[in-house]
Amino acid sequence: MRKYIINRLLWMIVIVIATAFLIFSILYFTPGDPARYLLGTTASEADIAAKHEQMGLNDPYLVQLGRYMYDTFIRFDFGTSWVFEVPVYSELASRLPRTLIIGLFAMVLNVIVGLSLGIFAGTHSGKWQDSLTMAIAMVFVSCPDFWVALMMILLFTARLGWLPAYGIDSWKCYIMPIIASSLGGVANNARQTRSSILEVFRADYITTARAKGQVEKKVVLHHMLPNALMPIITSLGTGLSRIVAGSAVIEAVFSIPGVGQYMLTSVNYRDYPAVRACVLFFAVFAAIVMLLVDLVYAFVDPRIKAKYDSGRK
Amino acid sequence: MKTIKREKEKEQKTSWLAETLVRMVKSPGAKVGTFLFVLMCLICILAPVIAPYGVNEMDLNAMFKGPCREHWFGTDAMGRDILTRLLYGGRYSLALGVCASLFGAAIGIVIGSVAGYFGGIVETIIMRIMDVWSSLPSMLLCILISSALGAGFFNTILALTVGGVPGNVRMIRGQILAERSKEYLEAAESINCSRVSIMFKHLLPNVVSPLIVTTTMGIGSTITTSASLSYIGLGVQPPTPEWGAMLSDARAHILNYPYLMTFPGLFIAVTILAINLLGDGLRDALDPKLRN
Repeated sequence: MRKYIINRLLWMIVIVIATAFLIFSILYFTPGDPARYLLGTTASEADIAAKHEQMGLNDPYLVQLGRYMYDTFIRFDFGTSWVFEVPVYSELASRLPRTLIIGLFAMVLNVIVGLSLGIFAGTHSGKWQDSLTMAIAMVFVSCPDFWVALMMILLFTARLGWLPAYGIDSWKCYIMPIIASSLGGVANNARQTRSSILEVFRADYITTARAKGQVEKKVVLHHMLPNALMPIITSLGTGLSRIVAGSAVIEAVFSIPGVGQYMLTSVNYRDYPAVRACVLFFAVFAAIVMLLVDLVYAFVDPRIKAKYDSGRK
Repeated sequence: MKTIKREKEKEQKTSWLAETLVRMVKSPGAKVGTFLFVLMCLICILAPVIAPYGVNEMDLNAMFKGPCREHWFGTDAMGRDILTRLLYGGRYSLALGVCASLFGAAIGIVIGSVAGYFGGIVETIIMRIMDVWSSLPSMLLCILISSALGAGFFNTILALTVGGVPGNVRMIRGQILAERSKEYLEAAESINCSRVSIMFKHLLPNVVSPLIVTTTMGIGSTITTSASLSYIGLGVQPPTPEWGAMLSDARAHILNYPYLMTFPGLFIAVTILAINLLGDGLRDALDPKLRN
């Protein structure tokens, strides 16, 4: 088991480094001159040349790439923002908690609410509870997250005046972003859980458990769920990376100064050091989530465990 | 004798398709989904015929009119008719969704079947590249690419296609791995079929049904992603009436004129709902486990 974890950890590090290379290359080969963009159209050629020198843009691709990799992974220095001229690291650190709060709470909601709704629907299959839950889930799977967020603002801010529409002044500001970014995932998860439950619903071991007179709750939680868990975990993984990726849009809707918002502003200003740092942050976050998913997978599926345990002689 | 055999084969083939269709028709969800999707496509294709106004026709005397008899869905800040713009916008949104997921599927088929069929080092290299490729969630990749290429209709298609490739490659490869050891492939190899013809003539038809389902579902998620991209200003740009771009336009007026937000979002939601219902129906109809 330890071998598997180490294997996955090493592979995650490789992925993150390769991703950094990918991000750097995409931005390097982007048409347009960042220096010219920074100084505006009125700048003289000499100024632009000086700026090039200062930003280190005159060096060949490989030198720049090497410097970027060295700074990022050896010195953990993400450089200085070209536009605002503050270290990217401190900016990122101050924004990080906001994005993490939204992301983590949305993930928790995703797991707890999605699973319980799915189990509820699956165990009531064929009845009206099932149809109702699945109809609602279908609707929420189909609505774009950011539109749901906008509609929530209309309802809870404009009509009812319960919650603030933007900002981060109090804990109330986080309620809508968290719910909005988790709704689609919750619905998706509920659908997946239901269909996995239905797959095992008629299995012999379930009948056996019932025949032994096992309590229904235990039948569901101890016999059905573990066997139905694999596809659910997979769909959880995609749901989680969807939350990560969607945070930029959700933060834009609610004007939350988080990492996603920072990334979008930097993209618009062509502030490449900041863009690179933000995208790398999201990539690392997604990689950690995928790692956790894989570990849970290995924990749940005896086959993966067996494969690695038998390899050790 | 030979003709009888061929007839039989033909019958089996048509019955496969017919059976799928019959299953589709039997499920109410699939029926509703197909109907809505076809309807949505039709009204968008026929937009120039049925739209009551010109797409960029401004009427400064009728700014911010709420839904009324002349303007069913109201008008926007420049007095443009929302319904007209939604109908025209559907052409962009649907085209984005369909093109990007079809291209993604096509590229996925080629790379995935090469990986799955050849195996060995080729497979390892391809799958490792896919791991890196998909390490960025597709939305992020789209943001990066469209910021690199600049916003616009074709660049958005490109970005969305690139985002969709790894998932398709993984799925196709998985399917082919499951098929690779079966006997009909050995038979094809033993009569000296070329690798390309084995791959595309023998292997692909057997792995195609999950692909149909994911591509259909992919249209829906691609439309969502493209709308999000346009909303944050990186996809299709105003004044092009793409649905996400219309929502982005309406953001400034959300508190005073909420109908500007409601209708474009409803169009997106209904389209994706239709596609999801259709995809669910297709999956159930194509599922070999449900076939007796």
